[in-house]
Amino acid sequence: MRYAMAIDTKKCVGCGDCVVACQTENNVPIGYCRDWIVESVAGSYPNVEIELRSERCNHCDNSPCVRCCPTGASHIVEGGIVKVTHNECIGCGACIQSCPYDARYSHPEGYVDKCTFCDHRLAKGQTTACVAVCPTSCLYFGDLEDPNSDVSKALKNRSWKVLAPEAGTKPQLYFLT
Amino acid sequence: MKTRRDFIKISAAGAGAATLGLSSLSWKGAKNLYASGDQESVSDEEMTAHSTYCEVCFWKCAGWTYVDKKGSVRKIIGNDDDPHCNGRLCPRGTGGVGMYNDEDRLKTPLIRETVNGKQVFRKASWEEALDLVASKMSDVRDKYGPEAFALFNHGSPGSHFKHLFHAYGSGNEGEPAWAQCRGPREVGFGATFGSWIGSPEPTDIRDTKCLVLIGAHIGENMHNGQVQEMSTAIDRGATIITVDPRLSTAASKSKYWLPIKPSTDIALLLAWIHVLIYEDLFDKEYIEKYAIGFEQLKEHVKNKTPEWAYGITTINPDLIRKTAREMAAAAPAAIVHPGRHVVWYGDDSQRERAIAILNALLGSWGRRGGFYFKEAIPVPKYPQPKYPHHKWDWKDNLDGKYPFSAMGITTELLKASIPEFGYKHQIKSWIVAGTNLPLTIPNKELFQMAADSVDFIAVVDTMPMDITGYADVILPECTYLERYDYIRSAPHREPSIALRAPAVKPKYESKPSWWIAKQLGERLGLGDYYNYNDIEEVLDWQLKKMGTSLEEMKKIGVKKFPRKSGGLYLLPNEDYEFNTSTGKIELYSFEFADHGFDPLPNFTEHPQPEEGFYRLIYGRAPMHTFSRTSNNPNLWDLMDENSVWVNPKVADIWELKNGQKVWLQNQDGVVSSFPIKVRVTERIRWDSVYMVHGFGHNDKKLSRTYGRGASDSELITNVMIDPQMGGTGMRGNFVTFIKEKPIEEVES
Repeated sequence: MRYAMAIDTKKCVGCGDCVVACQTENNVPIGYCRDWIVESVAGSYPNVEIELRSERCNHCDNSPCVRCCPTGASHIVEGGIVKVTHNECIGCGACIQSCPYDARYSHPEGYVDKCTFCDHRLAKGQTTACVAVCPTSCLYFGDLEDPNSDVSKALKNRSWKVLAPEAGTKPQLYFLT
Repeated sequence: MKTRRDFIKISAAGAGAATLGLSSLSWKGAKNLYASGDQESVSDEEMTAHSTYCEVCFWKCAGWTYVDKKGSVRKIIGNDDDPHCNGRLCPRGTGGVGMYNDEDRLKTPLIRETVNGKQVFRKASWEEALDLVASKMSDVRDKYGPEAFALFNHGSPGSHFKHLFHAYGSGNEGEPAWAQCRGPREVGFGATFGSWIGSPEPTDIRDTKCLVLIGAHIGENMHNGQVQEMSTAIDRGATIITVDPRLSTAASKSKYWLPIKPSTDIALLLAWIHVLIYEDLFDKEYIEKYAIGFEQLKEHVKNKTPEWAYGITTINPDLIRKTAREMAAAAPAAIVHPGRHVVWYGDDSQRERAIAILNALLGSWGRRGGFYFKEAIPVPKYPQPKYPHHKWDWKDNLDGKYPFSAMGITTELLKASIPEFGYKHQIKSWIVAGTNLPLTIPNKELFQMAADSVDFIAVVDTMPMDITGYADVILPECTYLERYDYIRSAPHREPSIALRAPAVKPKYESKPSWWIAKQLGERLGLGDYYNYNDIEEVLDWQLKKMGTSLEEMKKIGVKKFPRKSGGLYLLPNEDYEFNTSTGKIELYSFEFADHGFDPLPNFTEHPQPEEGFYRLIYGRAPMHTFSRTSNNPNLWDLMDENSVWVNPKVADIWELKNGQKVWLQNQDGVVSSFPIKVRVTERIRWDSVYMVHGFGHNDKKLSRTYGRGASDSELITNVMIDPQMGGTGMRGNFVTFIKEKPIEEVES
């Protein structure tokens, strides 16, 4: 099993619903977020293009955050989900520095926090909160090893890219272009 | 330190990128706003779900409010059966928890009083506050007649106060939805097809092959069902054509972006009509069977060639032809969207007529992928006495002006409140329920004069909005998560109803509007109109008449009903009578002609900005609704201020940098109360600037949003009135930049 997410940049309108839904689902304090929106603008008027991306932890196969964690709080669980055990985290912030995607933040209660692919929901057969809420249905989630999963199907017929491939982290967020 | 929470971020590719959702707020160490902040997440089974429909905007999506065992509101999730949202709320609906949690909420009734020459609000009991409002209403009724009391309203609270006002004897009510928003499209489409557009719009976007947006920015305008359907249309390969001086989100998803010179849309529309007719691309059978006035139209647009329009709109004639042909190729599965906020230049009903005519030529009304025939189910009226006849209302002050105004014109009610305007009938007092007039109505001076002129103002709201500063009495309403309201029955493909039931008890001393209105009614001797103890009795009675019950609706939230009015679309060759004076689609409007208006739309030239000034364009952000959400902690966290979009060439001239704060000054010398950050972007023409509406709040009680960003409303002092329906055209204002803090006038 290998969980992954595809984000259709042709459909995302950058509304931020994924951000709020994640905050309320996972009780992320106001002022912090586990996912966020990036808008890239290219070209000059009137030949301008923008790309909107809903970003979060890439749940990398080769995770620098897990490798650098001194206590083992950062670890990988079933399906390749990168997690942080809060009570084992000493809040040193090494993982935050190591992440090329800036996907982690220091929780005010002293530990480092990040996207979990809503594994508490996956355990119940639900999808992640951001995928469930997205008004444009531009987020696809599932098991890459299952050819019939939403994410596999989304990747099959479209061109895609990953972010910062040069970092060698083998990220598992795919941006449909 | 550059973090992902910085507003502007340079992406790895070197292109400028702005991040949303990422205010540079530092955590203050206080307990967070969720009461159960010690827990990470709670599974749905451990919570109770309560049916609601959203009140953060007025699309009214149905959903479920989840409450945990401690009684905390944890999240709001869309109702899967609801055609407005299909189980997916938008960021505002999801962030509705912030409306409930906002610690700045109005907590108790407040009464204005003077202490040592200074006016302050003091806390009051409900008893005292209601007695005071009722006595003022009673005094006005005795002295001037009940008509002299006016109601300004928006949303669900409005329906309860409208009932009160009708029972009391006043028909003087207005909501910004008409004259500050969508009135012109209802007039334009009404005159053409004999039917209003209404809300939700009956645009069959999910099945369209070509969607044309003129200034409409679906995606930033987050009306949920439409955004969802636009996304489906993108999936299905539909062509999107966007006409906008700004590369809106929708424009960025479009095959064609036409960055039109603002104020020239009618010229483009006439040229498109010209191409469809003179290149023989229109739906001949449809026009022959259903329409009237084709020959007049053909003659009217004879010279309105793309070349003619080029000089006016700056849009290349080839592009005008190409886009017209795209529409025709997709027809009848083509939609030229009527838009929603369409009060721009004062000839808006005529522009909407041109849009309606274009749709008629494409044969899209009543066709799959065009406009479907909507249907709603009527909610039975709870037994009550007949409303008394009122002697006059806002229409009687107009002397025949604005003959197509079908709802109260807010700005006319304001003028009737000012004796200097010399209106035949005067307004003496107001109740304002759920609408923040100072940040909604253009020309603040008019509002200020009106507020100064009236004897008494009561405000019903959940938040200390700018309007509450003008109140004599403030009545704190609880949020939609804490109250019942009337049943939602809205037109759609399939008729449906939705229930709003309280998920939690009202916080503080806030109360639902149905209760507030009933209390006032009973004090005014109108008890016969409130023949129940609790609104639950009314809802249950109505729902049982509809074949369900309050109990069942609490479990299902949404109930659908079969259509009774026929199919969604016209059948081939179906005989169909349109609700116009001729029973036909009126390409030539006989109604307009009868009232002395142009029966066919004409392009009128509008003033352009002088050197050093830029046209002020405003719009919406997907995470905010007008000015009512900017203090909501969750939504403020997503976007905590607006910025002014400036083309890089303009920024060079003024030496403006990204993120620099400037004040804006308009053509009449009005300077924004607060500075606004510059966003230098290629996404806008050089003759215009853009900002999101709803910021620049001037009430310090809004602790998060006070003074953040600028208010477009206060810079809109030039208002062009639509002669058909009284709409306030607001896009004729020009601003320039002030880089140093203006010297404030100090009150002596």
